[in-house]
Amino acid sequence: MNARVLCLLCSFLGATGAQAQGFAGLGSDAEGFAVPQPNPTFRFPEDHGPHPAYRIEWWYITANLQAEDGTDYGVQWTLFRSALAPHEAEGWASPQLWMGHAGLTTPDAHYHAERLARGGIGQAGATAEPFEAWIDDWSLTATGTSGDAYNALDMTASGTGFAYDLSLRAEGPLVFHGAEGFSVKSAEGQASYYYSQPFYEVSGTLDIGDRAVEVTGNAWLDREWSSQPLSENQSGWDWVSLHFRDGTKLMGFQLRQTDGSSYTSATLISEDGQTTAFADGALSMAPLRTTEVAGREVPTRWRVRLPEKGIEVEIEALYPEAWMETSFPYWEGPVRMSGTHPGRGYLEMTGYE
Amino acid sequence: MLVSLDNVIKAYPGDAGDVRVLAGVSLTLDHGQTLALTGESGSGKSTLLHLVGGLDAADAGRIVVNGVDLLGAGDAARAELRRLTIGIIFQQFNLIPSLTTADNLAFQARLAGRHDKAWLDEVATRLGLSEHLGKYPEELSGGQQQRVAVGRALASRPSLLLADEPTGNLDEATGDAVLDLMMGLVRDTGSALLMVTHSERLATLCDGRRHLSAGQLT
Amino acid sequence: MMAAGWSALWSHWRRHPLQLFTLIAGLAMATALWSGVQAINGEARTSYAEAEDAVARAALPRLVNPEGPIPIAYYVALRRAGWDVTPLLEGPLRIDGSTFQVRGIETLTAVAPPTVTDGGNTDTDIGPVDILTGDGIVFAARSAQAQLEDAGGLPRIVAAEGLGPRQLITDIRTATRLLGSDGAPTSLLILPDQRPGLTPLADLVPGLEERDPVETEDLGRLTDSFHLNLTAFGLLSFAVGLFIVHGAIGLAFEQRRAMFRTLRALGLPLRQLVLLLILELGAITILGALIGLALGYLIAALLLPDVAATLRGLYGAPVEGGLVFRPLWAAAGLAMAAFGAGVAAAEGIWRVARMPILTGAMPRAWALASTRTLRRQGVLAVLLSVLALVLATMGSGLVAGFVMLGALLVAAALLLPIILLAVLRTAERASKGVVAGWFWADTRQQVPGLSLALMALLLALAANIGVGTMVASFRTTFIGWLDQRLASELYVTARTEDEAARLREWLAPRSEAVLPIWSVDATLGGRQGEVYGIRDHATYRDHWPLLGAAPDVWDRVAAGEGALINEQMARRLGIGIGDPADLAEDWALPVAGVYSDYGNPQPQAIVGVEALAARYPDISKLRHGIRVAPDRVNTLRAALTDDFGLPDDLIIDQAAIKSLSVSIFERTFAVTGALNVLTLGIAALAILTSLLTLAGLRLPQLAPVWAIGLTRTKLGRLEVVRTLLLAVLTAIVALPVGLLLAFVLLAIINVEAFGWRIGMAYFPLDWLRLFLLAALAAGLAALLPARRLARTPPAILLKVFANER
Repeated sequence: MNARVLCLLCSFLGATGAQAQGFAGLGSDAEGFAVPQPNPTFRFPEDHGPHPAYRIEWWYITANLQAEDGTDYGVQWTLFRSALAPHEAEGWASPQLWMGHAGLTTPDAHYHAERLARGGIGQAGATAEPFEAWIDDWSLTATGTSGDAYNALDMTASGTGFAYDLSLRAEGPLVFHGAEGFSVKSAEGQASYYYSQPFYEVSGTLDIGDRAVEVTGNAWLDREWSSQPLSENQSGWDWVSLHFRDGTKLMGFQLRQTDGSSYTSATLISEDGQTTAFADGALSMAPLRTTEVAGREVPTRWRVRLPEKGIEVEIEALYPEAWMETSFPYWEGPVRMSGTHPGRGYLEMTGYE
Repeated sequence: MLVSLDNVIKAYPGDAGDVRVLAGVSLTLDHGQTLALTGESGSGKSTLLHLVGGLDAADAGRIVVNGVDLLGAGDAARAELRRLTIGIIFQQFNLIPSLTTADNLAFQARLAGRHDKAWLDEVATRLGLSEHLGKYPEELSGGQQQRVAVGRALASRPSLLLADEPTGNLDEATGDAVLDLMMGLVRDTGSALLMVTHSERLATLCDGRRHLSAGQLT
Repeated sequence: MMAAGWSALWSHWRRHPLQLFTLIAGLAMATALWSGVQAINGEARTSYAEAEDAVARAALPRLVNPEGPIPIAYYVALRRAGWDVTPLLEGPLRIDGSTFQVRGIETLTAVAPPTVTDGGNTDTDIGPVDILTGDGIVFAARSAQAQLEDAGGLPRIVAAEGLGPRQLITDIRTATRLLGSDGAPTSLLILPDQRPGLTPLADLVPGLEERDPVETEDLGRLTDSFHLNLTAFGLLSFAVGLFIVHGAIGLAFEQRRAMFRTLRALGLPLRQLVLLLILELGAITILGALIGLALGYLIAALLLPDVAATLRGLYGAPVEGGLVFRPLWAAAGLAMAAFGAGVAAAEGIWRVARMPILTGAMPRAWALASTRTLRRQGVLAVLLSVLALVLATMGSGLVAGFVMLGALLVAAALLLPIILLAVLRTAERASKGVVAGWFWADTRQQVPGLSLALMALLLALAANIGVGTMVASFRTTFIGWLDQRLASELYVTARTEDEAARLREWLAPRSEAVLPIWSVDATLGGRQGEVYGIRDHATYRDHWPLLGAAPDVWDRVAAGEGALINEQMARRLGIGIGDPADLAEDWALPVAGVYSDYGNPQPQAIVGVEALAARYPDISKLRHGIRVAPDRVNTLRAALTDDFGLPDDLIIDQAAIKSLSVSIFERTFAVTGALNVLTLGIAALAILTSLLTLAGLRLPQLAPVWAIGLTRTKLGRLEVVRTLLLAVLTAIVALPVGLLLAFVLLAIINVEAFGWRIGMAYFPLDWLRLFLLAALAAGLAALLPARRLARTPPAILLKVFANER
C-alpha cells in the first residue's frame, strides 16, 4: 500500500494543527472546513450519515465477545472519512477519502486489515437513510425497520486469515459526550461532535483461519466528526470504553501533551443511559506496565481512576500485542478490568513512537 | 679441499653415437690455488669448467665443490653455490646489456648479498673502469667489457673463480692486460682459480697446469 | 637476491621504453574496448531490470470491455463483492510532437505506485494531497521530464524510476482530465491472492472479459543479440590487443634470453627467476589494465548516448544515457586483462622455465617462425574452418553464430602468413634484378616478425568490411523501404472531425489524391499493436513493400475481405498468406499480404478503411496522406496554412519524415562505426610497434645491403613500400573474410537479432576507402622506423660488421 497516501490520512492525527485553527463564530477554518460549535443540535437520521464539510469523521465499533467455551475475543470495525476539501464531487475527482480498519483479537493472536477508497464513485461511503457505512465488501448496515437506525446493525469485515459477521441490537439509547455531544479535546478549545451507542448486545460468527466460532457479547459504537481534533502540543491519546459488570459504562480518554501533562475527559453512563460528563482532571489514567510491540514500548496495563465516583480499576490487555500495523499504526484491543468495578472493555492508544 | 673431481664422465650425443668428452677425470684444487686447464678445441675443457660451476651435470663420478656434492644438488643448491662461492668469467663476457658498468660490476655481489662499496671502488679503479661507470656494455670495447666481467666475478670475493677462455675474444695485447689485472685481483682476494685456456703462454701464469686430451687429464 | 634480480629485469624496460609502451598500450587497448563494451552492456541491462520491475507490476490478468471503456459502476460492484481489482485508465497523449502513453492508476488501490527518483528534493514535498487534489502530479522518466516541462500545459512533472521514456503515470483523476475521458477505466487489473469463495466474475460483470497479462517485451531476450554483437566487438578488440601483447612479451623474452642465462649462471635460482618474471608481468598488467579501465570508462561514457538511442529506437528499451561506475565491472576488467596477459606470456614463461643454462649462446631472431610453426598454424586453421562449417550447418542460435564467426576469423588470421609467404615467393621467382630479388626475399623474411601485427590488421579490416557491409545493406534496404512506404508527399492531421471533412473537400481539387490513414490500438497475438485503415489507391498498389501477397491482394483489402500484416506479426504468430489473422476479439480476416516494417517492434495490420470504420465507428478520422506533384508540395503546404488555416505543425512532409528516419538510423549504428575506427586504430598501432621493435633486429640484415651500395634513404623508402605492400596484401585477404563475416551477420545473426533478413549489398567504393585507410595507417606506422633507418649513422651500420665474429 502506498504509505505516502496514508500519511495524508494520518494528517488528521495532528498535522493539521495551524491550518485547522477555528475562527470562533465563523464556524469554518482557513481551508473552508466547518468547525464544531458548542450547543449542538443533532438531527437523526441525518447525523448518522457523513458530514463532508468536516475534515474527519468516523464510525467506530468495538466489541467484547465470548465463545461458548468462555474464550474472550475482541472485534474492531472502523470506517474513517478524511476530506482533502470540504465538499463531495462525483467520480474520481472526489476529495473524500475513506479508510476501513478491521481487527480481531484472541487471547493469543491479533488480526487486522485495512482498506482504502475514494468517495464519489460508491466504492466506499455512508448513507443516513437507510443507514449503511461501507468500504468494498465491509459494511455496517441497519437491519431494523423502526426506531433509531443504529438500534439494529449487521457488521461484517474480512482480512487475511479472519472474517466476522455480527448482529448488533441496542438495548439502550444513544448517549452524548461532553456538553450534549460537544466534546472538548484541549484547553485551547479544539472540539468534536461525539456521541455513542454503548448498549449493544452482539451475536454472530467469527472466522479465524479455517475455524468458525459462534460468539455473543457487548459492543460500543462511537460516532465522531470534527475538523481539528488535536492541538499542536498533543502527541497522542489513550482512550477506553468500559462495560462494568453492574451495567454502567465509562468512556474516558486522555490526550497526552508534549510537556508530559495530559488533558482528560470522561463520560459515565448509567444502566438506563443517563450520562455524567467529567471535565479535564477528573479522570486519571496511569500506565502500570508496558509491552514491547512493533518496536515500541506500549502501556498494556493501566490504573484508571475516577475518584468522584469511587471508581478505581486496573485494566489489562487480553492480548498485549494487539497492534494495528496500518497506514497510521496504533494499538487497539480488548481489555479486562479488576478493582472496584470489574468488567470488560476496549483500549485504544495512539502516538507511541 | 675446495674442489675435488673423482672419475667424472660426461658424454654428448653425436652423429656416430655418444661422444665421451670426459672419460674418467679426477682433479683437486685447494683454496688459493690457481690452475690452468689447457687442451685442443673441443677437448672438453669448457665442459669440465661448466661441471665444476654446476652449469651442467656429469653422467658419472663425483664432483664436490666447497663441501657441496654437485651430483645430488638441485637447481637451487647449485645456484646458491654459484652465487656465494663461485665467480665465473665467460669468453663472451655475458654482461647484462641493460645495466650500466657500475651496476654490472656490483651485480653479483648484490645477488650474493655481499655488496662492499669500498672494495667495488677499488676493483673498478684497478680495472681502469672508473671513467666508464655510467656506460652500457654496448658502449664499451671488448677489452673493457671483459674487464667489467672480471670485476663482476671478483667483486663478490668468491672462493673459486672459474674463467673460460677469458681473453679468447680479445686481441693479444688487450687480453694480456686484462689477464694481468685478473691475476692481481685473484691474488689479493685469495680466490682459487680454475682457468680454461688454449694458450700455453697464459697457462704459465698459474701455479699449476693440466692438459685435457682424449677425455683424460695429463 | 630478489632485489638484484628485479633490478636486472626492470633495467630491460628502462632501456627499451618503447617496448614497454607497446606492451602497456596493447594491454590497455585490449582492456579498454572490452571493458568499455561491458560497461555499456551492464548499464543497459540495469536499465532493463529496472524497467522490467515496473512492467512486472502491470503483468497481471485484466478485465476489459469489448464494447469500450468499463463503467465505473462495474469497478465498484467488483470491489463491493470483495474482488481486489484496481482500475487503469490508459491512452495516448500527444505532447509537443511526441506521443506519450498515459497510464492513470487508482492511487488508493494500486499495487505499487511509482517510486520517485532519488536526488533532488522532489520526494520530500510530494504528498497525497498533491497527487489527489489540484492539478495533480504526473510521473515521467527523468529523460522526458525536461521536454514535458517545456511543453507546458501539464500538471507538475516528477521524475520516477522505471518508467519508459514515453510513459506517463498519474492518478486516474488526472488521467481522466488529460485524456479527455469520462473516467471510465480502460481495464481492471485483477490483483493476486483473491479471497476464496467470491462470486464469480462472470456473474458479477457478465459483459467483461478476462485477459491474460499482455505479453510484455522481454527486453533482456530481445536485446540479447544486440549486446552479443557489442560483446563480439569487444572480444575482437580484446583479441587484437592480445596479439600486440603477445608480440611485445615474446620479443621481450627473446631479447632477454641471454640475460636470463647470465642471471642463472651468476646464481639466481630458476624458481626465483620465474617468480620475478610473473611479478613483473603482474605489475605491467595492473598498470596497463588500470589505464585500460580509465579509457574503457571514457569510451563507454562517449558511446552510451548512442547505444541508448539505438536501444530505444530499435526495441523501445528504456536506457538512460548516463554511466555509473561499478566496482565489479572494474574487477572484471582487471581479471580479463590478467587473463589476457597470462595467455600471452604463458609460452614465454614456460620456455624460460625449461631453458637450460648453457645451450645456444647465440641470440636467435625471436620471430623467425620455423616451417614447423607455419605447418602447425595451417593445421589449426583448417581445424577451425571445419568447426565453423559444422556450426554453420548444424548449429542454431546466436551463440553458435558468434562462435562460428570467431572460428572463421581466427582461422583466417592463422592462414594469413602462409598466404603472404606463398604470394611473396611467387613474386620473388618472377622478379628480375638484384635489388628486386633482394626486396622480395627480404620482405618474405619480414613476414614472421610482422605476422602478429598483420593478423591484427586482418581482423580489424575483416570486422570493418563485415560490419560495414551489414550496416550499409541494412541502410540500403531501409531507405528503399522508406521510399516505398512514405509515398504520399504530405501528411496532415486535422484537429476535429468537422475540420477533417472540410479538409478533404478543400483538398480534393488541389491534389491528386487524399488518402485517409486511420488507426486503432489493438492487441494482436497477445501484444500491443495497431490496426490501420487505408483507402484503395495506386499509391499503395504501386509502392507498398509487400514481401508476399495473394494474387488480388489490394482488391481483397479494399473490399474488407483481407488484411495485410507486417513481417514481425507474421514471424511471431507463424502465419502466412490465407491464414486468418485475429484483429480483435471477434474479428479475423485472412492474410492477403505481408509487408516489411523495419524498426517497428510491434505487430501491425492494415485493412480497408471502410472495414475499419465499420468496426470502430468512433475511430478518430483525422490523419490523411496527400498525393501531389512534387513541385507543388511547398505551394500546397503554404496554402494549407495560409488559406485553409491548418497549423503548420499538423503538416508533415515526406522529406522531413525521411530525414528524421534516416537520422535515427544513423544514430543507431553510430556505435558500430566508432568501434570500427577504434579497432583499425589498434591494428595500426600494432604495425607501428612491431616495426619499431623489429627495426633494431633488422640492422644486421640491412647493413650488408647498405654496404653493397643502396643508400639509407632508398632503404628507408623500401621499408615503407614493403610495409604498404604487406598491408595491401593483408587487406586483399581481409576482403573475402569480411564478406563472409557480413554474410554470417546478415543471414544468421541478424535474423536472430532483429527478426528480419536483409539482402546483402556490395559496396566496392567502401572497400577501396578502407584499403586506402589501411594503407595509410600502415604507411604512417612504417614512416617513423623508416625515417630512423634513413638517419641511422653509418657508424652504427658499420658496427654490425664489427660485432660479427
